[in-house]
Amino acid sequence: MSRRLPRGLPRLEPAGLDGWMVRLFDTIDEANMPWLTALVRECEAAFGETLVDLVPSYTTLLVIFDPLRLSPAEARQRLGALLARLTPDEEAADAPVKELPVWYDASVGPELGRLAELAGMSREAVIACHSERTYRVFALGFAPGFAFMGSVDARLEAPRLETPRRRVPAGSVAVAGRQTAAYPAVTPGGWNLIGRTPAVLFDRDREGFSLLQVGDRVRFVPIERAEFERRGGDARPMEEAR
Amino acid sequence: MSDAVDGLRVMRAGPLALLQDAGRCGVRRLGVTQGGPADLHGWAWANHLVGNAWGTPALEVTFGGLELVAERDLTVAVAGADLGATLDGAPLDGWRSFSLEAGQRLAFATPVNGLRAYLAVAGGFAAPPVLGSVACVVREGLGGHDGRGHRLAEGDRLRVTPQRAGRGCELGHEAPSEARIDYRRPAELSLLPGAQVGEFSGESLYRAFNAPWRVDDRADRMGVRLAGPPLSCRMTSMISEGIGLGAVQVPPDGQPIALLNDRQTIGGYPRLGALTPLACSRLAQCLPGQEVRLKAVATEPALEDYRRFRAAFA
Repeated sequence: MSRRLPRGLPRLEPAGLDGWMVRLFDTIDEANMPWLTALVRECEAAFGETLVDLVPSYTTLLVIFDPLRLSPAEARQRLGALLARLTPDEEAADAPVKELPVWYDASVGPELGRLAELAGMSREAVIACHSERTYRVFALGFAPGFAFMGSVDARLEAPRLETPRRRVPAGSVAVAGRQTAAYPAVTPGGWNLIGRTPAVLFDRDREGFSLLQVGDRVRFVPIERAEFERRGGDARPMEEAR
Repeated sequence: MSDAVDGLRVMRAGPLALLQDAGRCGVRRLGVTQGGPADLHGWAWANHLVGNAWGTPALEVTFGGLELVAERDLTVAVAGADLGATLDGAPLDGWRSFSLEAGQRLAFATPVNGLRAYLAVAGGFAAPPVLGSVACVVREGLGGHDGRGHRLAEGDRLRVTPQRAGRGCELGHEAPSEARIDYRRPAELSLLPGAQVGEFSGESLYRAFNAPWRVDDRADRMGVRLAGPPLSCRMTSMISEGIGLGAVQVPPDGQPIALLNDRQTIGGYPRLGALTPLACSRLAQCLPGQEVRLKAVATEPALEDYRRFRAAFA
């Protein structure tokens, strides 16, 4: 894990009347995340009631504060002070990994064949390649609970579909570029679908709401159709699935 | 919530009527957007005129077409756009509180001046908060009168919290004339320059702040596209990062998009900067085809304007 930030960083950039963008890094890297999760916690402590929202993402943290209670200059000062003593979160090698069961199958993952073709490997090898890595959640966005995870093995790198689907079923597990994700709800989407998880990714009635959080480590675990259905998954093909 | 009673029934829904409180916060890191009133100014005045505290849920009526019948005697106010509202068929003045008696019919027709009207009821509309807020975000299925992010539909009943005695009961409260905005006039939108402003060519920056921009018909609560001379930026895309309210992003086609309340939480296009909250409100009242101009402003005066605006509702 990198113990220092890149030269010239961190940097504070103006982001409207009520925000500062804290730029910590300039490239995507798993090692960024313990810095970002530490910064999130430090900001919560330093801003308290004057904090409105925080948006961590890959290399940055957007800090939104209440401009009636704190001026941008005061907010900048607080951020400067905490950045000066920021250290990354310590992570044990055996830190918990969240597991997402996935039924990898062409009926629910129509691009499984495309990825195999692009990679020049069998579908079984694609599944093994996707499920043997431990990924890191870089950001949540696009839709509630949609976690951008990386990095996918370079051999599975695949461009987005030229024409996005109007409707991607909930639970669809997907790859785009060197990132992977699971769709929490039915939405349009242009990623390559390779399987489906029965896990509920976003639940308004659950504490924390989202199964996956920024900084989490995640592994996909292949399961058979019977197990997928036993866990409540919707095995219907694309058009019919909810 | 527990003492809520039926207040209004929807006879005709119109294209888009949504319940909005001040917005959802603290959950943007989960990909959950902010929501809240697209025009903070009109929403705040509607609530204020019936004595409601800042943040009370009010109805945002976009374009018109909504028809409501009162199920009990209520004190209400309409502010923001003039959508040709009528009370039992008689023309109704906005920017003031009035009494709506059980059985009376309040209807919104089509835009006369502005795009979004706000209806507040003394005591406030009552709805189950979802992730801490009543703000209705259709795309996410969160909030609103039913908690499921649905726009109003024919037959829906809107619940209200009965007003407490001695507060917000007075009729005839009016907004001062300086608060009533004529949305048909050319809009000048204050923009705080952002970190990537130096990545745009000098000519593009000149155009950005001097050319007239036309509000495109691709405009909704997520964002408003502005059509005009193409702007060029050395950066074409960035690693996705959090996007604040009013951020003006410029995709490779060079046509800026001002991002509003229901925007996605992160994005990867370079930005000119951010519109102030009041500039967002002003833009949200512009109809497609209307002309707007961008004006670069410094933080201090913009903050002063915003604080003065909020002080009226303290």
